[in-house]
Amino acid sequence: MSAISTRPKRPRFDVNGWLFVGPALALIAIFMVFPILHSLWMSFQSGLGMRLSFAGLKNIYRLFNDPLFLMALTNTFIFFLVQVPVMLTLALITAALLNNPDIKFRGVLRTAIFLPCVTSLVAYTVLFKSMFVANGLVNTVLINLGIVNVGIPWMTDPFWCRVMIIIAITWRWTGYNMIFYLAAMQNIDRSVYEAARIDGVPTWARFVSLTVPMLKPVILFTTVTSTIGTLQLFDEVSTITGGGSAGGAAGPGNSALTLSLYIYNLTFKFAPNLGYAATVSYVIVLLVAILSFLQFYAARERKA
Amino acid sequence: MISYGFKQRIASVVVYIFLAVMAFLSIFPFLWMVIGATNTTSDIVKGKMTFGEAVVANATTFFTQVNAPLIFWNSAKITIIATVLTLLISSLAGYGFEIFSSRFREKLYTLMLLSLMIPFAALMIPLFMLMGKFGLINTHIAVVLPTVASAFIIFYFRQSTKAFPHELRDAARVDGLKEWQIFFLIYMPVMRSTYAAAFIIVFMTAWNSYLWPLIVLQSNETKTITLVISSLGSAYYPDYGVVMIGTVLATIPTLFVFFAMQRQFVEGMLGSVK
Repeated sequence: MSAISTRPKRPRFDVNGWLFVGPALALIAIFMVFPILHSLWMSFQSGLGMRLSFAGLKNIYRLFNDPLFLMALTNTFIFFLVQVPVMLTLALITAALLNNPDIKFRGVLRTAIFLPCVTSLVAYTVLFKSMFVANGLVNTVLINLGIVNVGIPWMTDPFWCRVMIIIAITWRWTGYNMIFYLAAMQNIDRSVYEAARIDGVPTWARFVSLTVPMLKPVILFTTVTSTIGTLQLFDEVSTITGGGSAGGAAGPGNSALTLSLYIYNLTFKFAPNLGYAATVSYVIVLLVAILSFLQFYAARERKA
Repeated sequence: MISYGFKQRIASVVVYIFLAVMAFLSIFPFLWMVIGATNTTSDIVKGKMTFGEAVVANATTFFTQVNAPLIFWNSAKITIIATVLTLLISSLAGYGFEIFSSRFREKLYTLMLLSLMIPFAALMIPLFMLMGKFGLINTHIAVVLPTVASAFIIFYFRQSTKAFPHELRDAARVDGLKEWQIFFLIYMPVMRSTYAAAFIIVFMTAWNSYLWPLIVLQSNETKTITLVISSLGSAYYPDYGVVMIGTVLATIPTLFVFFAMQRQFVEGMLGSVK
């Protein structure tokens, strides 16, 4: 009797369960929970190096009067607001086109578009840097195609430096997000499309009114993960500008200074102020929380 | 008046052109990397798109500037230790969360998933201080330790364990196998495709990781290939020919793993949406 009715298990203390999850939980407690609480405590302290003293809300006041922080915040928002929608739209369109079983070379095309994902963030950034140098490949091609008359100052103009970084990140992550959309599209019932097609609904309308709503959970998932990724942007801007590892300004006029890069500089460059750096890091935590909440909220609203 | 069939054909041409351009742009930097490794830096910054003769010179400079065997060994060591430990500890936890019940199971699990949203920037300072207390700064184990209990991989294993036939486990229990024997002797072999997918994700992440190793590894003897490429490439006037040699060498392992296990790779990426 008892052997048969084991399926709906009653919660009880199970030594085996704790043994299995124990090592992972212990590691998460030491390397995740403790640091995040420690960081919260540090964000209310101030001082040079390891000599910290309690400072109350001083760090928070400092945020609003710190031009470098405001620059990093602005840059991070520019990258987030421009890059995430562009990339996800591109990924969604590509996935929708590749989802058509009549397309020839589907597998090859899919593999090719996905391939950027295997590169390390640092390696691909170096490649992009070498393509966007003053008289380099990209400018040569643009001039030869007659798109521009003079080479674009990618590395010396704040605006174009940001554009270059956005192009680079989009290259690296579009295929990654496309794979999620493709997988979700495979679960959509084909007959729905057929019915709409027979009813004479044009392709773009089927995409907007059928595909996109049905993909909402996946779009939400990719939006949240891309948001978290963009808010933490570090490897690319650090390598492109040398602002992280070589010191100095991050790009022309600090146009590539992101919050993560600023935290790194506050911690390991100049006169390290760990308390203030922790405060800036909590700005990212707060932004991730708020933006994720807004995205979940927006997705829920449209369902009703 | 344009006929329907003509319009269809135009549309399909546009689709193919779009996809071809996307595929070309995606592959092009790889081509650029390989061509660049054979050119001098002055040719690279002029945008030369043909193979050159500087590959030996570039490689020679690379191997004299960089202690390549040591650097690759460092990367390989970190990647292997991280992969083995992460697969073991995170799969144990994913299995444990799914199979065994306890009072706080779901609460703990939700808390653990929330940790996915914590940006690394908020952890790195206390983590660095913690490693300092442990005396682990500049060691490879310090690079690996914080990544071993990966909430994402635990989540992935728990999701996949739902497909593990419980009849197998019940039969093993009847046969008198202990719980750890069931895990190592039955679960692991049965779930090998799940392990393969997780392997690829962990391998790529560990091989390519940058920020945390940059903080923890401070001497040239402990640095990884990613750190070396970054320091060669972030100079104001980098020697691109030499850096390209490094990027080619650093990308070969991940490309190899990708093409060897492409099917599991895609499945692995999808593990989280299923």
